[in-house]
Amino acid sequence: MVPNQSGRGSVTSTTTTQSAQSARGSASGYEAVRASRDFWTLRRRFGSFVVPACALFITWYFLFVIIAVFAPGFMRTSVFGDINVGLCFGALQFVSTFAIAVSYRRWAQRRLDPLSGRLRQRLEGGRRQ
Amino acid sequence: MTAAAATGTLAATVGTPAVNFVIFAFFVVLTLAIAISAAGTNRSTTDYYAGGRAFTGWQNGIAIGGDYLSAASFLGIAGIIALSGYDGFLYSVGFLVGWLFVLMLVSEPFRNTGRYTVADVLDLRLKAVPVRAAAALSTLTISLFYLLAQMAGAGALVSLLLGVSNSAGQDIIVAVVGLLMIFYVLVGGMKGTTYVQIVKATILAAGAAVTTIWVLSKAGFSLSALLHHAAASSAAGKAVLGPGLEYGANTVSKFDFISLAIALVFGTAGLPHVLMRLYTVPNAREARRSVVWTIWVVGLFYLCTLVLGFGAMWLVGGKQILAAPGGGDSAVPLLAFKLGGTLLLGIVAAVAFATILAVVAGLTITASACFAHDVYAGVLRGGEAEPGEEVRVARITAVVIGAVAVVGGIYAKGINVAFLVGLAFAIAASANLPSILYSLFWPRFTARGALWSIYGGLISSVGLIIFSPVVSGQAHPAPGATASLITDPHINFAFFPLNNPGIVSIPLAFFLGWLGTVTDRQPADSARFARMQVRALTGVGAERGGRS
Repeated sequence: MVPNQSGRGSVTSTTTTQSAQSARGSASGYEAVRASRDFWTLRRRFGSFVVPACALFITWYFLFVIIAVFAPGFMRTSVFGDINVGLCFGALQFVSTFAIAVSYRRWAQRRLDPLSGRLRQRLEGGRRQ
Repeated sequence: MTAAAATGTLAATVGTPAVNFVIFAFFVVLTLAIAISAAGTNRSTTDYYAGGRAFTGWQNGIAIGGDYLSAASFLGIAGIIALSGYDGFLYSVGFLVGWLFVLMLVSEPFRNTGRYTVADVLDLRLKAVPVRAAAALSTLTISLFYLLAQMAGAGALVSLLLGVSNSAGQDIIVAVVGLLMIFYVLVGGMKGTTYVQIVKATILAAGAAVTTIWVLSKAGFSLSALLHHAAASSAAGKAVLGPGLEYGANTVSKFDFISLAIALVFGTAGLPHVLMRLYTVPNAREARRSVVWTIWVVGLFYLCTLVLGFGAMWLVGGKQILAAPGGGDSAVPLLAFKLGGTLLLGIVAAVAFATILAVVAGLTITASACFAHDVYAGVLRGGEAEPGEEVRVARITAVVIGAVAVVGGIYAKGINVAFLVGLAFAIAASANLPSILYSLFWPRFTARGALWSIYGGLISSVGLIIFSPVVSGQAHPAPGATASLITDPHINFAFFPLNNPGIVSIPLAFFLGWLGTVTDRQPADSARFARMQVRALTGVGAERGGRS
């Protein structure tokens, strides 16, 4: 699920023709961009946020589910009044979801968009020539 | 709550269908006007399938919220909370958290690499007609399951709200829902459907917010007091405030819940009608923004359902909810009547009706686009169909799907709605998600791996449902459990103990995708992967939207 491995398959003659047809001759352009330093940075940055963030929220969510299913007594522990641990835990799932979503949007706008925009311009500019 | 009081409330519910009908009619006229005004701007294939890619992030985000918050969420989850307390809240957490997958892994690459359907993305990576056919089959299966769930709810809901209690009358109303929906889709296309979703989501959010504040004000704006009153009026007492009432009965039901939790969190990113909406915005950045909007809409809405559910437990009471037609699904309408009388009930009823109409329209356009674009143009015509012809096929398909939905809705009356939706999520997570993620992020992935994963996920999830207690073996369920489709106690072929297949079929589909790829003698096409990855991350070559 992480876009950081390099393609290990070899290019056969048929596939080169296919991609040349459908990408209108710019297949080599894509491979050049993919090998460029900017693209490498973009890929690494994307992975460095998304992989830990996904791992975190999935672990956090299944922790909630497992405790709810196998330790319901713990979830019923009162925090104050009739508000118990389970309700706070559930509410925190909402809070963490909102927080991850907003911070990803801000981060992507600042760290990914300028870089991907530059690469896009380079490729599309090259095509117009 | 005495029997006399309960009968009185129900009689009153049945006694005010005129008000409900007027509010329904107002909504129908409003949305028809929207669909007709959108019709004038529907010219190209992109207009019909993707609303001209001209919607902004927040518009599309609200529309996705509208698509996602089906009757199952609005009535179903609040109903589960009203009857079983905390366990309903577990449902809503799963429905929300899965959106982070859509946001971070799927939304931007998807918008960048596809045009109209899920199969477009796989096709760019793998270029194989059999893969397109497989992806189309899974999209159609998921859409039909989801569609059936909505139509099944329509009959029960209408009987409660319009006072139509005889079977023939309900069938007529299901048919009217089907006809209206076909009209929206034929005339309005994706653009009209999107505006209908935005209107519906806004009314839904406003209705939920007003009712929530109303309930809280009755409890002196103290959540603790609300929970205290709710627990006091429930037969189970304080147990409703913690987990386990619905899923904690035995080991099987516990694993059933874990299976459901897996399906909910992985299923959202595989729902075709949600994914197709990502194409209605001009670029990946707007797609990302729209998903953040959706997360806010969906999350705040589910927090409201928590208050509504416990409010119904307190103010209406479990006995009366169970006695009403539609069972748990009637909790919110009954609560509205208790609080605001005829008028608020009418508004809530109209919102629920609008929800079904809009979600059914969204599913129909997804399924018809999939059939016309993937099956007809992509597979049968080998990608040679004229664009005009494709849209014509899509329109004919929409009519056929509408007819199937009407007939299915008439036969599926009375099946628990939230439950059917949970199954659709399991199929989406098994059949769609693995091949989407592998295509986007795994360089070695091949067409063979995609076929193994899609068919493996589809067959295992649907097959396990057929051999589960959903279909047979539970003729006389324990209180709170759902009866099987086959109610003859002599027929029992349920060898799979869980209601939800996700815990088996989702890992299996990921495994088969891997196995099919590593045992493939044909090497992966690295040039195609390079193109896929560059396009996914930069948006090169993606169709821009808007008319600017």
